[in-house]
This record gives sequence, structure tokens and C-alpha cells, in this order.
Amino acid sequence: MSDFSKSTTRVDLLLVADMVEPGSRVLDVGCGDGALLEILQRDRKVDGRGIELSQLGVNGCVAKGLSVVQGDADTDLADYPDDAFDYVVLSQTLQATRRPREVLEHMLRIGRRAIVSFPNFGHWRVRSQLLMFGRMPQTQTLAYSWYDTPNIHLCTIRDFVQLADEMDASIDRAIALDGAGAKVRVNAPWWFWNLFGEQAVFLLHRSKR
Amino acid sequence: MGVEAFREVENPSSEVVRFHADQPLSMDAGVSIAPLSIAYQTYGRLNADKSNAILVCHALTGDQHVANIHPVTGKQGWWTTMVGPGRPIDTNRYFVICSNVIGGCMGSTGPASLNPATGQVWGLDLPVVTIRDMVRAQAMLVDHLGIEKLFCVAGGSMGGMQVLQWVASYPDRVFAALPIATASRHTAQNIAFHEVGRQAVMADPEWSGGRYAALGKHPTKGLAVARMAAHITYLSEGALQRKFGRKLQDREAPTFSFDADFQIENYLRYQGSSFVDRFDANSYLYVTRACDYFDLAADYGGVLARAFLGAKTRFCVVSFTSDWLYPTSDARAIVHALNAASLPVSFVEIETDKGHDAFLLDEPDFIATTRGFLEAAANARGLTAPAGVAAQ
Repeated sequence: MSDFSKSTTRVDLLLVADMVEPGSRVLDVGCGDGALLEILQRDRKVDGRGIELSQLGVNGCVAKGLSVVQGDADTDLADYPDDAFDYVVLSQTLQATRRPREVLEHMLRIGRRAIVSFPNFGHWRVRSQLLMFGRMPQTQTLAYSWYDTPNIHLCTIRDFVQLADEMDASIDRAIALDGAGAKVRVNAPWWFWNLFGEQAVFLLHRSKR
Repeated sequence: MGVEAFREVENPSSEVVRFHADQPLSMDAGVSIAPLSIAYQTYGRLNADKSNAILVCHALTGDQHVANIHPVTGKQGWWTTMVGPGRPIDTNRYFVICSNVIGGCMGSTGPASLNPATGQVWGLDLPVVTIRDMVRAQAMLVDHLGIEKLFCVAGGSMGGMQVLQWVASYPDRVFAALPIATASRHTAQNIAFHEVGRQAVMADPEWSGGRYAALGKHPTKGLAVARMAAHITYLSEGALQRKFGRKLQDREAPTFSFDADFQIENYLRYQGSSFVDRFDANSYLYVTRACDYFDLAADYGGVLARAFLGAKTRFCVVSFTSDWLYPTSDARAIVHALNAASLPVSFVEIETDKGHDAFLLDEPDFIATTRGFLEAAANARGLTAPAGVAAQ
């Protein structure tokens, strides 16, 4: 949903695609014009499905031969049965949902694994704009004014890690990307990722209860 | 029914196939009927490996005349926005079949047809017809045409019910399915509106217990009222208000009478009176009943998803925002079931104020979606694009 520059989006999608086992079943929540589903079908031979809010997005997907249902992550995930997919992907959409925690819970229920990518509100550029100028931050990844942003539930990498912990979700993999779309140093501590990661991608699964 | 329409019952202005006693139609009512006539139209050409056939299923009072001049009304076919050269259901690319449903009155066996056993019109002696019976009859026609697997089955409203039933009954024979503005079962409200229509027909003294044909009577008044009531359900309140509002018909002020003062009254009366020229009163009872009995999940232990288990058909489900006859919630119930059964399904809700009838109209987003869906499906099926049209 956020307005990414093309090169950044590609890296983000390729990273998500990289986490998906070939031949698996994938649900892409907020699939937009179907770019990720296309990559997954072409390169990973997955059985991919999508949910997308916008009519234009759905039309584009259907015309590409993708199976996409017009719907809303906040309301429609409840209708999907448990363990229906191997992966449920939420790409750059978590921060725009009304109830991110519930969306995440549904993802972990519907899929064996969940893949979530989001812009990191803890990035130093974001922090510095608020700290130095006292203004709501506007960056390349968060390009909206405060009054017209669809991003109503922004979080930092640390916030997300804590939420995953509260929800008993295990983090299998986590990747942070810097402003240039390059991976932030792999074995850096969370505080370092939180400061230098402009966006993050998490692979999670629900812990056994 | 007018004289021209009556002629169509036994001698339709279209192809007709007659199945004899060796091929009876076994019906849900528990009986078989033979002989059986199925009147149908085709458009386009069947390719060599018979892989490009699209079956179009018509709605309640529609018929096989999808995209040609109608033999009774002289008007364009009912789905020229969707079917024709260069249309989403492109007759340059696909072989399009549409048959009159059994229980109808345009040449397929229905209550107005002659019952060969008695030499009289069937009337109410015809067993009650179900959506599944209609689909069984269509399958007999598809067999007759030598087609093993349909590329697509498409239809709106009652036609959409037939689409769903096709996939449930013959999952291996449908590559793609396009159910539009439809539901997997009739609700109490749907049944209620149909019952009003049937009671209007039956309250007409000319109806004569359904034996009007033998008695030379014409129950047009009741059928016209039935059509007027039904027609309201096909439109949205917004569209009615926009088109008619409280505008008066050819007069400056109300006449303080029960004449058609308002344009909407005049419009409905016209809809009613033109309908009775082309439609049979008993047939109206049969086709409305078929919809009322439709509850696909009920045939599968109450779980709709089970109706589709094992099918590989790719679906595109379409609903319209202002359709209160088969609202988007009905479409979503179908989509959820298809998802639960792991079928590849797409779904769009088209923004329009044109109500249920939107599926018959030139709604650009609707046309674009169906075009995209069919093109992608055709590519997956390996159907070549028609000459002169670049493959996408």
C-alpha cells in the first residue's frame, strides 16, 4: 500500500519470494496488482491466491490469470479455514490495517507460516525528523502527509518483535533492508536493525500451545 | 403468450434436438420424461479438438437467443454486451451454446409443450423442474454436440445457479466457471417475491387451474402483475429514483384517479404487458419454482464447500453493489466455499447503481473483468487468439 520506489519494491518482493518453498500454497493478503504472486508462480511454481481491496488491483490480477478475491484483510481473513495455506503473506500492508494483531493472528492460523514485511518506524531518518524538526516524518518509504496517510498503525522492528513474542509466534527468519535496499548486517543486534533498517521482512510460525 | 410466441413452443426459430424414449431425462421429482426437446442457439465455430465451447445459461425469463434478433420481440438478444465478435465471450474465438431451459417456453420441453402421451399441452402435468434437471438436460445437449469438456459455463442470476450446479454435477467437464449476480440457494425473501408472482398468475380467473391452453383462455393479467412485481426487484431504489423519481406521465398534475399518473407506473405496466406477449404463464410458475428449490449445499450435507470438492474448475464470481436480489453476501458465501474447497477463485464486486439487471448491461468494470478472466483462462487452456487480435 505504501508508495515504494520500484527498485525497493522489487527487492522486498524478491526477499519474500525467497522465503517461500517451491510448490507450496500461498495466500497474498493485499496483493495489489499481483506482482508478488506472478513472481511466485513463475519462479517458485506455487499455487497462489490473493486478496485485494481495490477494484483496479483485482481487475489487473484477474486479467493476468491470477486467482484474486476482492476483500479486506481486516474483515475477510476470518472466513478462511485453519491451515488452508503453507504461507500467508502480508506485504507492506500491516501498518494500514485497523487491527494488526488480529490480522496477524488470522495469518498464523490460516497458514503454517506467515511472512510480514513493513516499513520500520524506528529508522534513524524517521526518528531524526521528529526529534530535530518536531514534524511527522515523511521518508521514501513513508511518503504521506500525516493527514492523508493510509498508514494508521506504524511500528518499529522492536515493536513487531515484541508483538510476535506476546502472540507466541516464533520468528524463523528476519531481514532488515537499508535505504538502498541492501540487507543490514546479518548478525547485528535488534537495536542496530531498528536504527538502520528502513523496512523489515519476518518469517513466522505459531508456537505449539 | 402471443401467437408468435406460441409458434416458438413447437417450432422454435433455432436449432432443436429431440431425445426419444431411449434417452429419457430423469428428474429430481422422481420421474423420467421422454421425448424431450431442447431448443438451442450456437454462435462461432467449434474448433477441431472441441475445446473452445462456452455454455451460456440464461436467467429466469431469458432464452436461447443470446446475441441475435429475438424471433418474437424483434429486439436484440439479451446478452449482446457480453457475447459477440470482440466481446468478452468472443464469438470469433469461442463456440457459444445457449439452450432454452426445460420448463421454459421457447422450444425446450415445458408446460406449454405438447405431452405426446396425451396429445394435450403438458400444463401442470409436467413434473416440477429443478436447476439440476435443467443442467442434466444441458449435459444431454452437450453430449449430443460431441463436446466432452466445456471451456467455460457462464450465466447470471438463475443462469449463475446453473453454472454452480454444472461444476457440482460435472466437475471434470467445466474448465472455467463464471457465475454472476447469483446465489447458492434461494433465501426466504427470494422465495417470497416468487410466491407473490405465482399467486398473481393463479389469481387470474383466465388461468383456470393451469388449463387455460385447452380452454382457449389467456391469463395475461396475472402474469403481467407478476412481471411488474419482479421487475422492481431487478432494479435498485437509486436507479428508479434517478430514472423516474416522482415524474408524472404526460400530464401536469395528478388526475385524482387510478390511472398511471406516475412514469414509474406507466413503465411497469409496459414491462408487464410486453412480457405476456412472449412468455407462458405456467412456464413462469415452473422457472420460479426451480429457483426456489435451489439450495446447492443441501445436496451436500449442508456444507457448500463439499459441492465443489475435487473440482479443478477456475472460477470468477461477480456481484454488484446495488443488487439486493442476490447481494454481495451471497457471492461471498460462494467464494468462501470455493476457497475452502481449494478451487482457484477470483471475485469482484462491481460498483453500480443499476441493481440486479447490471449483469445484462454495459458496465465497463464488469466487462473488463470478465474479458481478463476469459483471456487468461483461454491461454491456460491453450486456445489460440483469433486472427487479427494480438495475444496478451
